[in-house]
Amino acid sequence: MTEYPNRAARTSARLLRLLVTAAAALTVGTLLLLVGYILVKGIPSLSPSLFSIHYTSENVSLFPAVINTLVLTALSLLLAVPIGIGSAVYLVEYARRGSRLVALVRLTTETLSGIPSIVYGLFGSLLFVTYLGWGWSILAGACTLGIMILPLIMRTTEEALKAVPDSFREGSFGLGAGRLRTTIRIVLPAAIPGILAGVILAVGRIVGETAALIYTAGTAAQVATGLMSAGRSLSVHMYMLWVEGLNTDQSYATAVILFFVVAGINALSALLAKKLTRG
Amino acid sequence: MNKRISERVAQGGFLLCACASILAVSLICLFLFGSGIPTIVKLGTWNFLSGTTWKPANDVYGILPMIAGSVCATLGAIVIGVPVGILTSIYLARFCPLRLYRLVKPAVDLLAGIPSVVYGFFGLMVLVPLIRSVFGGTGSSLLAAALILGIMILPTVIGVSEAALRAVPDSYYEGALALGATHERSVFYAVLPAAKSGILASVILGVGRAVGETMAVIMVAGNQVRMPDGLLKGVRTLTANIVLEMGYAADLHREALFATAVVLFVFTLLINLLFSFLKRRAGQ
Repeated sequence: MTEYPNRAARTSARLLRLLVTAAAALTVGTLLLLVGYILVKGIPSLSPSLFSIHYTSENVSLFPAVINTLVLTALSLLLAVPIGIGSAVYLVEYARRGSRLVALVRLTTETLSGIPSIVYGLFGSLLFVTYLGWGWSILAGACTLGIMILPLIMRTTEEALKAVPDSFREGSFGLGAGRLRTTIRIVLPAAIPGILAGVILAVGRIVGETAALIYTAGTAAQVATGLMSAGRSLSVHMYMLWVEGLNTDQSYATAVILFFVVAGINALSALLAKKLTRG
Repeated sequence: MNKRISERVAQGGFLLCACASILAVSLICLFLFGSGIPTIVKLGTWNFLSGTTWKPANDVYGILPMIAGSVCATLGAIVIGVPVGILTSIYLARFCPLRLYRLVKPAVDLLAGIPSVVYGFFGLMVLVPLIRSVFGGTGSSLLAAALILGIMILPTVIGVSEAALRAVPDSYYEGALALGATHERSVFYAVLPAAKSGILASVILGVGRAVGETMAVIMVAGNQVRMPDGLLKGVRTLTANIVLEMGYAADLHREALFATAVVLFVFTLLINLLFSFLKRRAGQ
């Protein structure tokens, strides 16, 4: 045991320790309560009819929403990942230190990451839905989400690229490779686990997103038949269940599925990050 | 020769990618301000910002109740979430045994990943009935919104504060120990003050989250348009106002909602600016 100079010191030390431990316990306790409640109420609500291909007001199937979520996720990643990686490569490998452009890119990226999702939603509905005339559509939703996750992809890729030791680059230059070859053949492969961890976090944001989608991808309950047709994601589905105000059981079931997806995504991302730090 | 061309092309391509976020921010500003600011001017800036009546049917649009609602809900979230968050981050950074850390840290990350609709649903099914049975009333209230937002900003506050605490050089802690302070005293009186800017930044970031949160708040706050009067009465936030009415709004009503979004956007821009400033100061 630690020795304390006097009783007052011991009491105050114990109090402080108790305080921080209690706070941590409260945090973890909140999570356990939330997860436990969702699982206990939700798992019994899962029924085969929830997974029918077609939504009717009888079965309140969430399966179309799952498909729409997958399509939305794939499309927004397709948009944001190449641009985000390219942008991070420019910032880390090409840009000169202290350039004004870099400062501007950083400022705008930070701005993007702070914008609330409902503002993204309104912007998407102004630009894609109304101005470009796409209407409520999967494409409009995916473009909106693509912009939303761009800063996340950029930041994680930047960190992954910075973590690649300079000796890799020097070795490659020394062998006569140019900057492009060095970046594509040497630096990017070494950074892949970090980049992937970021992409997976982005998937988590997309799956959990509601406010940015309601007025861009719309709330149609069926599987979207094309890029230009509307469709609700799983999170939007859960919100619509609340709006309609009837189907509590189905809401529990949707919550369980959302939770499992998010938990799986977090585990995967943590695994990759661990791989990265081990080298 | 060939190599030089491909190098040039590649550099240009990467540069274009880097400009994407500049383009995105410009477009967002252009479209939001372009459709919101003329409306604010048309409605009268002062009338719009300080009007306490929001009656779309009569074309009366004053958003002060929603501004006050957002501010109150955010303040409540800070009162609830920030102390717990900061203390948890101190525990994680300086008290937690490594084995336990491997469990608690992923738990905090998971808290960050849970979708806001799930938080809202949890609030609706657990917190609202709890408030109803303990304090009476409907339960959908400012208190419920503050509680759920307080939980939702926890991972943000914890993550950024923990990083700030870990960035404090060990010499601070060791110096305090060498002067005879206990472990607890060293952490609270030497390490914690040194991490002040970073911790403040975490609070600002949490404020940003709380102001911008939409779905969870809608589901628990009651959404009545009125000036907040008491913890147990319903409130409507700026975000809730937009989502609830956008679906059926037309003409001036619709434009007034875009104007609401402009106000929200300006709020978050200011919060962002403050955050970057504090982060930069913490980095020095």
